[in-house]
Amino acid sequence: MSEHKTMTLTLIVWRQKNANDPGKFETYTAKHITEHHSFLEMLDVVNEDLINTGKEPIVFDHDCREGICGMCSQVINGAPHGGQDRTTVCQLHMRKFKDGDTIYIEPWRARAFPIVKDLIVDRAALDTIIQAGGYTSCHTGGVPDGNTIMIPKPIAEEATDAAECIGCGACVAGCPNGAAMLFTGAKVSQLALLPQGRPEAAARVKNMTEAMKECGFGNCTNHYECQVACPKGVNVKFIARMNREFLKAQFA
Amino acid sequence: MILDGKCPTGPIEKSWDKHRFDLKLVNPANKRKYNIIVVGTGLAGGAAAASLGELGYNVQAFCYQDSPRRAHSIAAQGGINAAKNYPSDGDSILRLMYDTIKGGDFRAREADVWRLSQVSNNIIDQCVAQGVPFGRDYAGYLDNRSFGGAQVSRTFYSRGETGQQLLLGAYSALSRQIKLGSVKMYNRREMLDLVVVDGVARGITCRNLITGALESYAADAVCLCTGGYVNVFYLSTNAKGCSVTATWKAAKKGAFFANPCYTQIHPTCIPQAGEYQSKLTLMSESLRNDGRIWVPKKKEDVNKRPEQIPEEDRDYYLERKYPSFGNLAPRDISSRSAKEQCDEGRGVGPGGRGVYLDYADSIKRLSEKVICERYGNLFEMYERITDDNAYKTPMRIYPAPHYAMGGLWVDYNLMSNVPGLFVLGEANFSVHGANRLGASALMQGLSDGYFVIPYTIGGYLATVKPGGTNTDHAEFKKSAEDVNSTTNKLLNINGKKTVTEFHRDLGKIMWNNVGMARSKESLTEAIKQIPVLRDEFWKNLKVTGTGAELNQQLENAGRVADFLEFGELMARDSLHREESCGGHFRVEHQLPDGEAMRNDADFSYVGAWEFKGVGKEPELHKEPLKFETIHLAVRSYK
Repeated sequence: MSEHKTMTLTLIVWRQKNANDPGKFETYTAKHITEHHSFLEMLDVVNEDLINTGKEPIVFDHDCREGICGMCSQVINGAPHGGQDRTTVCQLHMRKFKDGDTIYIEPWRARAFPIVKDLIVDRAALDTIIQAGGYTSCHTGGVPDGNTIMIPKPIAEEATDAAECIGCGACVAGCPNGAAMLFTGAKVSQLALLPQGRPEAAARVKNMTEAMKECGFGNCTNHYECQVACPKGVNVKFIARMNREFLKAQFA
Repeated sequence: MILDGKCPTGPIEKSWDKHRFDLKLVNPANKRKYNIIVVGTGLAGGAAAASLGELGYNVQAFCYQDSPRRAHSIAAQGGINAAKNYPSDGDSILRLMYDTIKGGDFRAREADVWRLSQVSNNIIDQCVAQGVPFGRDYAGYLDNRSFGGAQVSRTFYSRGETGQQLLLGAYSALSRQIKLGSVKMYNRREMLDLVVVDGVARGITCRNLITGALESYAADAVCLCTGGYVNVFYLSTNAKGCSVTATWKAAKKGAFFANPCYTQIHPTCIPQAGEYQSKLTLMSESLRNDGRIWVPKKKEDVNKRPEQIPEEDRDYYLERKYPSFGNLAPRDISSRSAKEQCDEGRGVGPGGRGVYLDYADSIKRLSEKVICERYGNLFEMYERITDDNAYKTPMRIYPAPHYAMGGLWVDYNLMSNVPGLFVLGEANFSVHGANRLGASALMQGLSDGYFVIPYTIGGYLATVKPGGTNTDHAEFKKSAEDVNSTTNKLLNINGKKTVTEFHRDLGKIMWNNVGMARSKESLTEAIKQIPVLRDEFWKNLKVTGTGAELNQQLENAGRVADFLEFGELMARDSLHREESCGGHFRVEHQLPDGEAMRNDADFSYVGAWEFKGVGKEPELHKEPLKFETIHLAVRSYK
């Protein structure tokens, strides 16, 4: 392995024992970090140091470490996922930082996402929204040949743009209102754009937005922070589409 | 013991239809009396839980992540195969079966592979109906791309994120059943034991990863859909939480582990950059559709910039060695070829462990825009990790552990030798033989989950009374006590080495000795070294915190403890299999040109191992493989 110049960084990290603990920031030093470390690998190094000195490591959610499972969830220097365009925390690399930097690391903060421990939050509310209608009610088997449902390429592409959402919740964390409008709008739009999703479109948008409210998410006041925070580049136009679907549903 | 796969007999074309008819049914009113546990919510588990719930069974589903949508199936990029023959390029169910059997180097069951190929077409229809946004052509029809090991275009895709879209399809079907109340979902639970009562699988013991509490769940059948075990190598393309724990615990309760030596090393991954590295990232095999793989012909050129190496000094070794498949040679062959080039000193990048994947020709032929449309997200990912722009300079790639073809032994009904224990998807051994072709993992997961288990589990349940056991049974108490005592043991060693250090050490032993090229010496060495490391683990492990809270080190410690036992079995299986086939390459067994040399006379069987105790030699059981439809032949891609 080639030699790399290393960096030393100061981390100011949110530590919270459990849901009931008030929590506070603690300061740590990350040493021997190269530009090729991912952000999570940098935290791994810090955690190994902590464990070796008998201290509790920082817990954070992560799994695939390739930017697709949506598990990692940290606010870095005030920006969900660290602010690099279309990048999750696990794909953020330390070459975006420089030697001597101070980095603030916090969990997602939103009313609908209670903190579980340190940087881990409970995002069950997002599952609740999908359970309210984020599907077509088709049965296993008994469906027609795939090519009998033709979908114009631009429509298929737009539906795929909406379907890019990985359900990480960065949109909620980035929104001053803690709204899940981009998350919900993406699923509503994906299915509303496709012919397979049309039969249930009205009920879907009503039920999903209702669940959104019940879970304690806020509403949209056009800050567009969600789109900036989204690691998959999901566009706010899908919120507009959801609003149109919602309006249409009132007359359905 | 000679194992019986209970495959249907008669003409292969009718085998699954006939079998489905022969299976007993559970009447609709009785279904709700049966409880089924599904562990894991990837393509296999998610599809199974949704479909079984919809049929009317009471399903309890479990995943270790915070949501069922996060299972690692989501990371599959390239696509899913089906024998639709939409491009009219000569595909058929039989050809998909042929390619899969040949791709697996004649080490899979014919009947299972036929069924997989047959239902592959239903999967595409199902996913379209769910609203999975597959790639479309300009007429609005489903589009196809090519993948390794096939000469037809049969791969359906959604950009470079097919796994994500298929998993979210299964997740949405599952969410619907959760809402309807037919599936009860348990997130952030890790299965730490299988409960077996009087020889029958009756439930599981889980750890609630938030509170640390141990929980018992009883059922009439248990489905393990818990994925593969290649994190035994530490560095792999799997998610960090992927482990052998669920299947290994089942193996320790009597389920046979089949063909653990069959591991897939994927040819197109981003090379390792440093010691600290926590995982390897895969770049979809679909990249090989348009990328050309090469290394410098001359060793002295390896440190030059690739642009400085003229065409005549480049060796496009796959195109040279396998002219009919070229850059789309199957994964095992492509990986081994890359290793050969690097071993010969022609590898590029840090440590000489890399080969080029070059798009210059395709960009010239098709334009940067077209390449961006096809692979944009992969090029972006590559740049984020390496800081290199692959539109301007070739990617560097190197093989990495990716998939486990081996897994728990199951019969044609996907039931293990422990009655009531079903195993689906990557967790079982069934259809990929010794090597899996690209775009076939998604196919198998969804096939098992949507179209196989809903039939075969009924055949089993129809023979047992519902509600046979509850969690008050002594076996549940004993299981919880055993798990509890292991947890306490892990917490109280108070040694000096962290879990990650042990995992890394194990990974090195496995990669160096049980990796892409194995020999009697290397395997014997692994069998010697692993127990030493295991002893050290139980004497010198350091885990901070307690068991009564969210404790990620403790979670990892349990997983690594299981890998330390399982790794030895993998080495033993590799040592016993005196042949080379698919992902299992023994240097002693190769043809003069370096290709794998199978030994059909002695090894045309499934090797299923019975656990006999930690550090004790396991017992081998064999299931002979018969080839009646696809004739045994030397596997050639030249």
